[in-house]
Amino acid sequence: MTVIGHALAFLGVAFVLLAAVGILRFPDVLTRTSASTKAAGLGVALVLAGAAFLFGTTEAAVKLTLAVALQFATAPVSGHVIGRAAYRSGAPLWEGTHTDELRPYYAAREAADGEPASRAPATPDDDPPA
Amino acid sequence: MSLLDADLLLLAIAFAISLLRAVRGPSVADRAVAADVGLYAIVAAITLLAVRSGSTAFIDVVLIATLLGFLATVALSALVGRRRS
Repeated sequence: MTVIGHALAFLGVAFVLLAAVGILRFPDVLTRTSASTKAAGLGVALVLAGAAFLFGTTEAAVKLTLAVALQFATAPVSGHVIGRAAYRSGAPLWEGTHTDELRPYYAAREAADGEPASRAPATPDDDPPA
Repeated sequence: MSLLDADLLLLAIAFAISLLRAVRGPSVADRAVAADVGLYAIVAAITLLAVRSGSTAFIDVVLIATLLGFLATVALSALVGRRRS
């Protein structure tokens, strides 16, 4: 039990650390969202599972299972919501992006609303001046 | 130094890195993502501290922190998505 718990906890911590490295090194908001959602979400779930093994009591196991379920339910949603908001606010995409299926959709909608298309073109700069 | 202490140290490094991204930005959405990862690191740290102290009371804190973090992320995204830059 203790060995399994420590192994799961360490694996989860490694995932959270990798997610942090990912949001530091990835080039644009959408790729960073990918790192934060998948790696950090799974990492926290693994840490919670490891804690359940380390406690070894029924009470802790029930609560931690509930926490894992909440984690799996909310992490993808928050990642999606951040990505959508970033795209809508016109955050620059990575210059390697070669498929943007949302752009014609928003362009058509903005044309229908009579508003000017406000999306900034993709800039190659990693950290453009604010 | 026990295994849990090593895990907590790694989580502290992860939090520091996400703090760096939150400072560098460049957009508000980047800061929201960084705050998300920072909160994940804190939630994992609270869980490990619960194991370390042997008290299951901290697990309730984990549950509430997860839900509050989700709420904060969604609220921040509503603010970011509305602004046209």
